[in-house]
Amino acid sequence: MPIEVNGKTFETDEEGYLANINEWEPGVAEVMAKEDELELTSEHWDIINFLREYYEEYQIAPAVRVLTKAVSKKLGKDKGNSKYLYGLFPYGPGKQACRYAGLPKPTGCV
Amino acid sequence: MSNIKKFMYVNRRAPYGTIYAWESLEVVLIGAAFEQDVSLAFIDDGVYQLVKGQDTAGIGMKNFSPTYAALGDYEVTKIYVEKESLEERGLTLDDLQHLVWEDEDDDWAEKDSIRLVSCAELAQVFAEQEVMFNF
Repeated sequence: MPIEVNGKTFETDEEGYLANINEWEPGVAEVMAKEDELELTSEHWDIINFLREYYEEYQIAPAVRVLTKAVSKKLGKDKGNSKYLYGLFPYGPGKQACRYAGLPKPTGCV
Repeated sequence: MSNIKKFMYVNRRAPYGTIYAWESLEVVLIGAAFEQDVSLAFIDDGVYQLVKGQDTAGIGMKNFSPTYAALGDYEVTKIYVEKESLEERGLTLDDLQHLVWEDEDDDWAEKDSIRLVSCAELAQVFAEQEVMFNF
């Protein structure tokens, strides 16, 4: 279902992931979060931005295990654990955060 | 997990033109979740998959070569490249991406993932494997 952001329409796939990663803008994440009744804080944005940088560099969305380890290294051990990440993104840091970041679903994620 | 097997993914084809190279990489990334003892081998035209500075703009395909650099994050640290295949194509290690992994037990020291091996040495590595995938 396409989503509306600031008067612009963004195509998504059947699972709600953005069809074209290059179209992404921060408002996309805001609108998606609002649909999930989630308010994005700077802690959420740390992860969303991290995912976008990871994709930019490696052209893939990282598996949760890889994300956890990488976040731990970059943002500290208190943030690099699944309890913290699931606290931020209750539908799963891989699926939900990647969707907000405009990334495709992580490789190997069912 | 106690039941760890030695998995080897053999890559023999050039990166674009067929789907084999990308499929192999995807299977490796997905399979990494099972925490097996994974190795990759690049032989014949497969060595082209690791060549640095790839540009796919002209063929309208996604350049997935940056993804090889993520293999270290997925704990894939043994990447064998066959020496003879490189030489036959006029390539050296310097033409390939510098792939590394970070050793958590050694203060995140960066270590080389690529191991240049002769055909005979690779045959020995193959003999030690329990599961082989050919792409």
